[in-house]
Amino acid sequence: MSSRDIIFQVDEAARSRLHRPVEEMNYILATDVGSTTTKARFFQKKEEGWRYIVSGEAPTTVEAPYEDVTMGVKNAVREVEELTGHQMLESEGGGIILPFQDNKGVDLYCTTSSAGGGLQMMVAGVIKTMTAESANRAALGAGAIVMDVIATNDGRATYSKIQRIRNLRPDMILLAGGTDGGTISHVVQLAELIKSADPKARLGVTYKLPIVYAGNKIARQYIKNLLEEPFALDIVDNLRPILEIEDIEPARRAVHELFMEHVMSHAPGYNKLMKWTEVDIMPTPAGEGMAVNLISKSFGKNTLGVGLGGATTNIYSIIRERFVRSVSANLGMSYSICNVLKETGIDNIMRWSPLELEENEVRNSLRNKMIRPTTIPETLEEMIIEHAVAREALRLGLEHHKTIATRLKGTRTVSAFERGMTSQEMIETYIDMMNIGIIAGTGGLLSHAPRRVQSLLILTDAFQPQGVTMLFQDSVFMMPHLGVLSTVYPEAAWNIFDKDCLVRLGSVIAPRGIGRETENVLNIEMEMPEGDTLKEQVKWGEVKRIKLNEKQVTDVRISPTKHFDMGEGAGKEVVTKVEGGVVGVILDGRGRPLNLPEEIKERQRKLLEWFKSLDMYPQKMLGEIL
Amino acid sequence: MTLIRSARETHAYSPGLKVKRADKIRRIRRLPILGKVLVKEGDRVDFSTIVAETMIPGEPNIIKVAAELDILEMDINDYMRMVVGDKVKKGDVIAEYNAFFGLFKKHINSPVNGIIESISPISGQVIIREEPVPLSMNAYIPGRIVQLLENEGTIIETNAAFIQGIFGIGGEAHGELRVATEDPHEILTHKLIEEDDEGKVVVGGSLVTKEAVDRALEVGVIGIVTGGITDIILEEILGYELGVAITGQEEINLTLIITEGFGDIAMNPRTLEIFKEFEGSIACINGATQIRAGVIRPEVIIPHEKFALEEVGDELSDGMTQGTSIRIIRQPYFGYLGRVVGLPVELQTVETESKVRVVEVELEDGRRVIVSRANVEIIEV
Repeated sequence: MSSRDIIFQVDEAARSRLHRPVEEMNYILATDVGSTTTKARFFQKKEEGWRYIVSGEAPTTVEAPYEDVTMGVKNAVREVEELTGHQMLESEGGGIILPFQDNKGVDLYCTTSSAGGGLQMMVAGVIKTMTAESANRAALGAGAIVMDVIATNDGRATYSKIQRIRNLRPDMILLAGGTDGGTISHVVQLAELIKSADPKARLGVTYKLPIVYAGNKIARQYIKNLLEEPFALDIVDNLRPILEIEDIEPARRAVHELFMEHVMSHAPGYNKLMKWTEVDIMPTPAGEGMAVNLISKSFGKNTLGVGLGGATTNIYSIIRERFVRSVSANLGMSYSICNVLKETGIDNIMRWSPLELEENEVRNSLRNKMIRPTTIPETLEEMIIEHAVAREALRLGLEHHKTIATRLKGTRTVSAFERGMTSQEMIETYIDMMNIGIIAGTGGLLSHAPRRVQSLLILTDAFQPQGVTMLFQDSVFMMPHLGVLSTVYPEAAWNIFDKDCLVRLGSVIAPRGIGRETENVLNIEMEMPEGDTLKEQVKWGEVKRIKLNEKQVTDVRISPTKHFDMGEGAGKEVVTKVEGGVVGVILDGRGRPLNLPEEIKERQRKLLEWFKSLDMYPQKMLGEIL
Repeated sequence: MTLIRSARETHAYSPGLKVKRADKIRRIRRLPILGKVLVKEGDRVDFSTIVAETMIPGEPNIIKVAAELDILEMDINDYMRMVVGDKVKKGDVIAEYNAFFGLFKKHINSPVNGIIESISPISGQVIIREEPVPLSMNAYIPGRIVQLLENEGTIIETNAAFIQGIFGIGGEAHGELRVATEDPHEILTHKLIEEDDEGKVVVGGSLVTKEAVDRALEVGVIGIVTGGITDIILEEILGYELGVAITGQEEINLTLIITEGFGDIAMNPRTLEIFKEFEGSIACINGATQIRAGVIRPEVIIPHEKFALEEVGDELSDGMTQGTSIRIIRQPYFGYLGRVVGLPVELQTVETESKVRVVEVELEDGRRVIVSRANVEIIEV
């Protein structure tokens, strides 16, 4: 697929500020200042187009005693310099050399950031399931962590809402409520509530807290009278002008602009970093979201994306072109690892390990990761524990996402019900794993998994894809980098994305249904690239791996048995195409929903069987531990 | 362009915890909202000197007057018995509805003492603001005022021994130091807490037991500093399971600081050595920990003038080089101390099959091991 086939949104204003026209560029440097690690990625234009060259990483330095993110950026870039011999940093403590000349520097430098807690917002709307929900989606879409959603009818007493607002210390507030021309008293009540609570920003007493108002337009003057003085008020178009329409783009844009103007300029070292780059610093999740959107558009399929970070888990769904992002602020693999433990419980973590582990040891090990979040597992045992936590963080993240990815209230479809979703699920979400064609993962743990099959199985166990699903992974964690790059130079971003970033892990064929031991789940006939036909039978509880390389696409006939459904109904045959990847094609006969055996020994035996079948971990080492 | 794989050693950067016998410590004392600073530059302050004060605005109470009186929002002023700025006492009638010559009567009383802050004919709400609450901020550490932050607070400087912990609970306190264990590998049990430890900071050991914490609370110990704690004991002390590591506000009547990590981990001997040297001195401690969004680590500050300030650079900023003292912070060598002997450029494969940048370390027992650079931290001594 060429970049011309994909619709890009270019920020022309930012593009006009670049040091050099994009056509004349040869070197690009992009960083992501993450909550744990600052990741530098270096790109170069080659004969075949733009390519990823090398990475450099260093701990983020947002914290004391450094309190200057540019130190971490320089350390990460220095690593790139050491690996390439290409000088990019000014020698006397300056920033990035721009543009490239005399064999030094780069033509473009851009960055995303989620350090220092990212963008933390409070959202308020009149009706919990209407304007408050839309405002929540707008804030999340802008890359924010939503600390709380206050609504007139959220069931909390006024005094407890006031207490909550006073305790939150957000970076920004988004206020919505009412359809245009409708009643104004409720949204004004909310504004009075916010004003009287007098929220303090976490960025200090001199910081004027920004509020974006995206509610009923005829209430604007009253809102202005109330909120203009104590806050930095920005008024934009109503995000629910009428009940049937949700227009979150103006609010999302305002949030992004205020993020740059207020939040970034108060974070340690960002003023310096902002001068280094000609492109606005983008919140990491916004960059990540752009990349997931790009995948969905490129392949024309419903897509579920995930950024499994150290502090947060971001999930993106693009279903029939509707983009929704959720962020689970306290589900992550380092800072938030113990919150995953708290939310899911130790048993749910340990159920994914085939090893005999002491519960106390696991708990202490997770606590040690929490307090020293930049460390990485060096033993197989510790890696298996982290992989177990990752499954639970993703599972909980998806549960959370389903509460955001909901229909605008007032509309209903019956297809989800027909697909076997419970009536509660149908009301709450439109995410149906049978309709998801692509799952894409990024984030340190997934991108750095030593074997690609590890990320494939982690994503599969957590999300439980149904039918035929293609799985992708960010090769070395550069989706956010390419997301921000795509705002000024989409052609280069797509080149790198397609060739170097997007790893096709393979496809998972997984029917829905529950079976019994020894029962057949499905039979497949697959036309292999060599010309022969592969026939495989999958029994209940089995997982098989078939070799089919990246970009190899083949026809497959899938015949589920009578208790299993591949999307066309129980026992109905499906003929489709399946794409390979670095892992291949996985035939998953473990059923959906995936239930692990209750009995510990049996469960450990099963896990080991799956790990062996997929070649998940080094067999010798696994054998030694067991 | 080709990748360079030179044999030269590379810059490496691994932030660590400070453990210093003598350091110049500065602490910012900042009010949560603007207020009045009570000290001058150059003033000497003690632990409890009040350096700044402010009035925290009282709680707002929102009363839905129009809804409660069943009147139109725009008519609210017709029914109000008070105007903006009026002082009210709890029980005072603030609004009243009268119809049919008093036959139908409703009134609304103020639920609190306060001032009428607003009456809105749009929302139909009245806001009564309670009396402001005074807030005083003490110095926390004794020392000299070196800078004033206009209307916000001040910066205090002192010469002190400074030990950063890795995790803590409980807030600011100060008390006399007592070292309870000779050996850093010894467990701090209840038997090691003495009757006259009231008001003291008890230090030592590789692990504190729940019984020891209970005993310390009984005696009135103000702080415990130890090598490790288990997750289960922490949960028992707190009474709940901690999610994210943001602490300091716990109401547990003592401050607990761990210096090494979770588990039974001997306190770094150099740390224990400093505590022993300053046994009997007053230490300022704070268990507040925040591992996200502007990291805060727990700390022990022992103000003193016994040593000249060490003329060493900031090892943390300098990064890791040959000879740098480090601590390994992940299995399989978790807790070991050593010094850097090599920083190879090449990525190396560890047991997990991950290819990582490594550091070669000579452990204190003479062994040489290779570990991921991400899994060591610099010890500043």
